[in-house]
Amino acid sequence: MALPKYTEPHYRIWHYVYLFICACVFFFLIAPLFVIFPLSFNAEEFLVFSDGMKRLDPDAFSLRWYHDMVYGTKNPWGLAAKNSIIIAIFATIGSVILGTLAALGLSSRYMPFKGLVMAALISPMIVPLIISGVAIFFFMAKVGLAATHLGIILAHIILGTPFVVITVTATLSGFDHSVTRAAASLGSNPINTFMKITLPLILPGVISGALFAFVTSFDEVVVVLFLAGLDNTTIPIQMWTGLREQLSPTILAVATCLILLSTLILLTAELLRRRSERIRGISR
Amino acid sequence: MSKETKQILSTDGIPLEESLKKAEKKNKIKAFLLVCPLLLFLIITYVFPIGEMLFRSVDDKMVTNMLPKTYKAMENWDGKDLPEEDVFKAFYLDYKILVEAKRHGRLATQLNYEKNGFKSILKKLARKQKNFEEGNYKEQIMKVHKRWGQVDYWRAIKRRAPAYTYAKYLKGVDMYENEDGKIVQVPENRRIHKLLWMRTLNIALGVTILCFFMAYPIAHLLATLPMKYSNLLMICVLLPFWTSLLVRTASWMILLQQQGIVNDFIVWIGLVSDDNRPEMMYNKTGTFVAMTQILLPFMVLPLYSVMKTISPSLMRAGKSLGATPAIAFFKVYFPLTIPGIGAGCLLVFILAIGYYITPALVGGASGTLISNQIAYHMKETLDWSFASAMGLMLLAGVLAIYWLYNKLVGVDNIKLG
Repeated sequence: MALPKYTEPHYRIWHYVYLFICACVFFFLIAPLFVIFPLSFNAEEFLVFSDGMKRLDPDAFSLRWYHDMVYGTKNPWGLAAKNSIIIAIFATIGSVILGTLAALGLSSRYMPFKGLVMAALISPMIVPLIISGVAIFFFMAKVGLAATHLGIILAHIILGTPFVVITVTATLSGFDHSVTRAAASLGSNPINTFMKITLPLILPGVISGALFAFVTSFDEVVVVLFLAGLDNTTIPIQMWTGLREQLSPTILAVATCLILLSTLILLTAELLRRRSERIRGISR
Repeated sequence: MSKETKQILSTDGIPLEESLKKAEKKNKIKAFLLVCPLLLFLIITYVFPIGEMLFRSVDDKMVTNMLPKTYKAMENWDGKDLPEEDVFKAFYLDYKILVEAKRHGRLATQLNYEKNGFKSILKKLARKQKNFEEGNYKEQIMKVHKRWGQVDYWRAIKRRAPAYTYAKYLKGVDMYENEDGKIVQVPENRRIHKLLWMRTLNIALGVTILCFFMAYPIAHLLATLPMKYSNLLMICVLLPFWTSLLVRTASWMILLQQQGIVNDFIVWIGLVSDDNRPEMMYNKTGTFVAMTQILLPFMVLPLYSVMKTISPSLMRAGKSLGATPAIAFFKVYFPLTIPGIGAGCLLVFILAIGYYITPALVGGASGTLISNQIAYHMKETLDWSFASAMGLMLLAGVLAIYWLYNKLVGVDNIKLG
């Protein structure tokens, strides 16, 4: 954003002030995440930068907390990771199937009560999690699914579907329905048309919805706090307990892994978004 | 030309209008059937349970079910003077069953909510009732403790007779029904819930405003920069958005602790002395700062998606017509971004008002919000009906804003990334 030569001085100053403000806000957004990295390699048990770290002394850094995360005797991270992954995968599959079907119906121009139904389907994203947690807990306790994997998976499907509905309807908004009619007129049945024509076209939206659903489930703690028993502990639950009781550097090691995971997911989501925009011809 | 003569028939002889209507109806059903699985799933596992919370919040059958005979006997009691022998006898019989089933402690807790001092006299009665003789229960009970002879306590029992009550809602706004049946506020020093509601509103509003002022410039920058730079900067917004909430809260706990980097920094620049480091966590400040950073992406993204559609030539046109950049901005650009502002502010406000995790971890005692109180009653005091009542009051507020959001923005315009 180079300024033209004829810019008056006070606008020039204002422009630099504006850029400075933006830089500060970006710093505020991103910097907190980077505190975690160096501290997770701390050789000591304290969550502050030791003098050795400030001098960049190699002895002040170590991988002991990562070692502790994987091999630590009392550490339940292994079980938690396993549970988290199982729950997130099944919750994602459920959310994607239900959410995509609903989005297909919602984006049809014949759909009755479209606004109302859409508002209802999005509501789990809007209703405060604590209320969702209480309500889902009452339900799961009544049908005997509290403290089971299935109960948590169902709960996460509830919380994940709004994201799938939103991303898939967004993809479908640029969808040319004449291609499905063309397929039908060539003798394809609806299921075949969906698998061969519609799905490949909306796939980027479906996958980015799936990523959202996965992250929602993988990161969800409020509802699980109500539902989980000792066998269903997940990574967020372990982090929550750790943060409440004692902030140990092992948590920072886990957090670093989670940041790397979210970076990976972010990059995938961004690539998909661009691909989807290219397919739909909204290239920018 | 009459209608009949011009009626167009489709190939199978049915009037076209009719067969089109039929096809439309079929399409309607088809669309609805696609939505059905999710809608049914949500209704069963989500909407009904929330409705059940409504029942739970007004449900007051616990005491009613524990003292069935007493309430039957009390039907004829006018509540003016001490009840007659039949009420005392019924109460003794009810209470005896409860003591044998070891459920009398819960009755004591419940009645103590209604009137202080019940716990001790019920405990005493539980011990003494074993030696009661048949007949004249009124005298025997009154002999256990002199408070059993006070009519106030019996009135308190009678007040719990109805199976449904709105007392939990009153409690949620620090009011109660006093002994004369009037709705009054609780004493000044015990008005904790009103304080919590105000604090929740305060923080949600403050965070929304702060987010707005921080998000507006960067959304503008992202929307006006050339693509290759803005994509890179966009990652700064999206990475926190995709990162676990707990990880971000943890990083704030490290930053804001008393020996943390923020404190180190203000000591280093000489704002405070080393032995006078301010407490920035476990209070309102911590909640405020952490929530602002965590919710900022939710403000940036709607603003950005609106600003992206505003053509830069509009500002140029304004300037070429003689407006200074400031006037052009406020008269041309700013009004065009109002839809984005509305969307972002409502979204952030809705999310902030129901926030739980971050206040629970960095809020301490003075930085917790209404959600934390709900969780406290769900997990610690086990007063689920009160938790439900508070939850529904919060939900009513959120749904009102959601309705407004839907009206102004439309839920189908929510953008994610």
